[in-house]
Amino acid sequence: MSHDVAEAASTDAEYAAQEKAHGLRPHQTGTVMMEVKNISLRFGGVKALTDISFDIREGEVRAIIGPNGAGKSSMLNVINGFYHPQEGEVWFRGQRRGKMKPHQIAKQGIARTFQNIALFKGMSTLDNIMTGRLTKMRRNMVWQAIWKGPAEREEIEHREVVEKIIDFLEIQSIRKTPVGRLPYGLQKRVELGRALAAEPKLLLLDEPMAGMNVEEKEDMCRFILDVNEEFGTTIALIEHDMGVVMDIADRVVVLDYGKKIGDGTPDEVRSSQEVIDAYLGVAHD
Amino acid sequence: MDRKSGPDRDTFPKLLRYNATHRGGRPASREKEYGIWQTWTWAEVEEETHALARGLMALGLAPGEKMAIIGSNRPRLYWSMVAAQLAGAVPVPVYQDSVAEEMQYVLEHCGATFAIVEDQEQVDKILSIADRLPELRQIVYGDPRGLRNYDHTTLHPYSEVQETGRKRKSEFADQVEANIASGTGSDTCIMLYTSGTTGKPKGVVLSQDNIIVTAMASAEFDGLRETDEVLAYLPMAWVGDFIFSMGQAYWCGFCVSCPESGETMMVDLREIGPTYFFAPPRFYEGLLTTVTIRMEDASKLKQRLYRHFTELARRVGPRLLDGKPVSAGDRFRYWLGNVLVFGPLKNTLGLSRVRVGYTAGEAIGPELFSFFRALGINLKQLYGQTEASVFITQQPDNEVSADTVGVPTPGVEIRIDEETGEVFYRSPGVFLEYYKNPESTASTKDAEGWVATGDAGFMDPATGHLRILDRAKDVGKLADGSLFAPKYLENKLKFFSNILEAVCFGDGRSQVTAMLNIDLTAVGNWAERNNIGYGSYQELAAHPRVYEMLQENVEAVNRSLASDTMLSGCQIHRFVILHKELDPDDGEMTRTRKVRRSHIADKYAGVIEALYDGSKSVFANIEVTYEDGRKGSIKGDLEIRDVKVFPTGQSEKVAAE
Repeated sequence: MSHDVAEAASTDAEYAAQEKAHGLRPHQTGTVMMEVKNISLRFGGVKALTDISFDIREGEVRAIIGPNGAGKSSMLNVINGFYHPQEGEVWFRGQRRGKMKPHQIAKQGIARTFQNIALFKGMSTLDNIMTGRLTKMRRNMVWQAIWKGPAEREEIEHREVVEKIIDFLEIQSIRKTPVGRLPYGLQKRVELGRALAAEPKLLLLDEPMAGMNVEEKEDMCRFILDVNEEFGTTIALIEHDMGVVMDIADRVVVLDYGKKIGDGTPDEVRSSQEVIDAYLGVAHD
Repeated sequence: MDRKSGPDRDTFPKLLRYNATHRGGRPASREKEYGIWQTWTWAEVEEETHALARGLMALGLAPGEKMAIIGSNRPRLYWSMVAAQLAGAVPVPVYQDSVAEEMQYVLEHCGATFAIVEDQEQVDKILSIADRLPELRQIVYGDPRGLRNYDHTTLHPYSEVQETGRKRKSEFADQVEANIASGTGSDTCIMLYTSGTTGKPKGVVLSQDNIIVTAMASAEFDGLRETDEVLAYLPMAWVGDFIFSMGQAYWCGFCVSCPESGETMMVDLREIGPTYFFAPPRFYEGLLTTVTIRMEDASKLKQRLYRHFTELARRVGPRLLDGKPVSAGDRFRYWLGNVLVFGPLKNTLGLSRVRVGYTAGEAIGPELFSFFRALGINLKQLYGQTEASVFITQQPDNEVSADTVGVPTPGVEIRIDEETGEVFYRSPGVFLEYYKNPESTASTKDAEGWVATGDAGFMDPATGHLRILDRAKDVGKLADGSLFAPKYLENKLKFFSNILEAVCFGDGRSQVTAMLNIDLTAVGNWAERNNIGYGSYQELAAHPRVYEMLQENVEAVNRSLASDTMLSGCQIHRFVILHKELDPDDGEMTRTRKVRRSHIADKYAGVIEALYDGSKSVFANIEVTYEDGRKGSIKGDLEIRDVKVFPTGQSEKVAAE
């Protein structure tokens, strides 16, 4: 594998050529699914993000990395529609996005997991994942109260999807266990399951491997790649562990102090001097 | 219904046809998928199996070839065994948790041309050794997950193979029918690799007659019928699973259920409620440990109820089970206990409906054995071997005890060698040969068909039951000439819930010493209740109070040995608690979790030396193999303790005896 490609490609054709040279999978050359253009985000006088642009392509695993406080989670929250940037545009599937509530964005096909697990602790694994189906439920409260008939049929359909996810994530044995009783690594997996239940086009993962041991990390990596491969879900993830990112991501965006300092395949990013400086520190003179 | 293996029921393909015709609508296989039990009737199983067989033939599976089957218990993998036979090939199930190198030995030795495997994990293992398996041509996998981007020139999804078989029915159906018609009882049925307690695994070749006649005799012995239910959860490569889930299931026509995954086994057990159940002593031990731990966390009232009624049950339960006279008052109290305690407990454990329960493989603790019998579960012991198609002896109903293994199964003859005490047997189930290993075949099976078990034992004159002492080659002598039976000692130690594994040394030495493994569940729970903090297995194992507790256990064993005139010289003088669990991945145990003595003697030579040179502690650096094949090491200082020994003839009774 060559390490001399340092510049990020600017056109699709260039990407394709580079990917071919790197022997990567062909699906990364999919069309642009999400594009963020010149995003700047301020909290009062604090500049969290400054003039950030990058894109996410159909079917790829895109990582956002950076040291602590680089603005990774803010970036994810912008994509997610939770923060509204003062400047810049977010384009999703060919449409410019105006101000939207997070639940409207969820309906557009974007799902996420959280850095600090946000599950319903007292509910079972099955019920937690079922909540992920909420945006897909059509029957209103009255139907649900009558229950027999359409509402029941609907629940059976949703249950089937949920069971497939349980099977996929290999969590059959904890199907009926309240998630509060589960170890951390498994809770993370349940949270991934809930995000998957929404059948997202774009899945945002906020530090999916934080606080895990090596074995749990390996499992999680495998699930992320399997999700990407089996369901064709596009994945954008934030991660601290560089080794993990370099292994599973197709392309990586590097942030530092709210600015973009690198963008490209893992190999390109790894060999970029600016990125090395940001991670290892550099003497300022 | 006829009860003899006639020409229409002497092979698995014929039995499948028989069951599909005579009980086509009855359930045959069951598997939980997406949380719901899916059932296949015998007629459906026949269709699935035949379609698969035709598909495999279309891929080029030829008569006489070997087909490896690797995966956890799945109906599809069970069907593929008969599908291989329908195509004239021989199925070779392989332990699914073996690492790639172990798998390579078996696949290479049997010369498998086809492999049917469960999922990506197994496909990856085979692909990693494929360059060393020139004869392997095709791989079929069940679960397509993660395999989409693999090169599919020699790799095929199971469903596609079956689909081909359905489409090209006209081409291959006649050949399949001809194979069924020409099959006889003397054909090779299956090849099973022994777990290899000593050296490389050996391929045991068993004929259709071996399996079917044995299954028939043993099924008759226990009155098994088509309405029985079993849960198939033990490794498919183990002969026992083949007899229970295939042999007896096909003979009697009962339904075999497969758990959703290894971890859900307990839930599935409860949902299925098997009527016929086999488990190794280790499993029952695990159950009792869980029950005990959960009772200790229960409310005072529940604890008192539990204690009161289990005491009553220990006295009354076994008598009731054996049909011995019990007073009306006790009967009523037992009934009450059943309503309040035993019934719900058995239901939670999934053992409510067990009519016939077996255990084998290792000695079972008398305490443990009587606990389950007290609850009214008809738990019995059997003694068997791969080479015998399992059954050598088994305990009849009402003649059960913890220290014997029963009377010979109908059709089996037993002979005890007068000089060495080794047990020999001759039966219709005796294997044809070890594959490609005539020397071992000749040394195990003599010209008259007598097979050496390698176990030393004797027929109990009082009951006529066989009693097994130890492996014949392991029975040794101490330096002063007294008898040394290591496994007998180890079992006595393992009956204590704190001790998971034990290895005793003493052959040719002046005294007996032991290496112990703590049981992390039991000791960990004990530590929690006693406010003992620990950060790792190693730390807990080295804790002085754990040492004290185990020292008491070892002393209790010594005290009971002192009363046994034959074995009083075997009292344990010194012991050490190991800082790591003995593990099959490190070659210290077989896949069926039997201790590999010689290997341990080499690996732990330093520790053993310290056990005999009087030192108070020893530094040990032991190599371990992780599941992905990488190696590492665990090191630490191990304390060695001296234990009190008792003079011979002291007949103090111990609670555990």
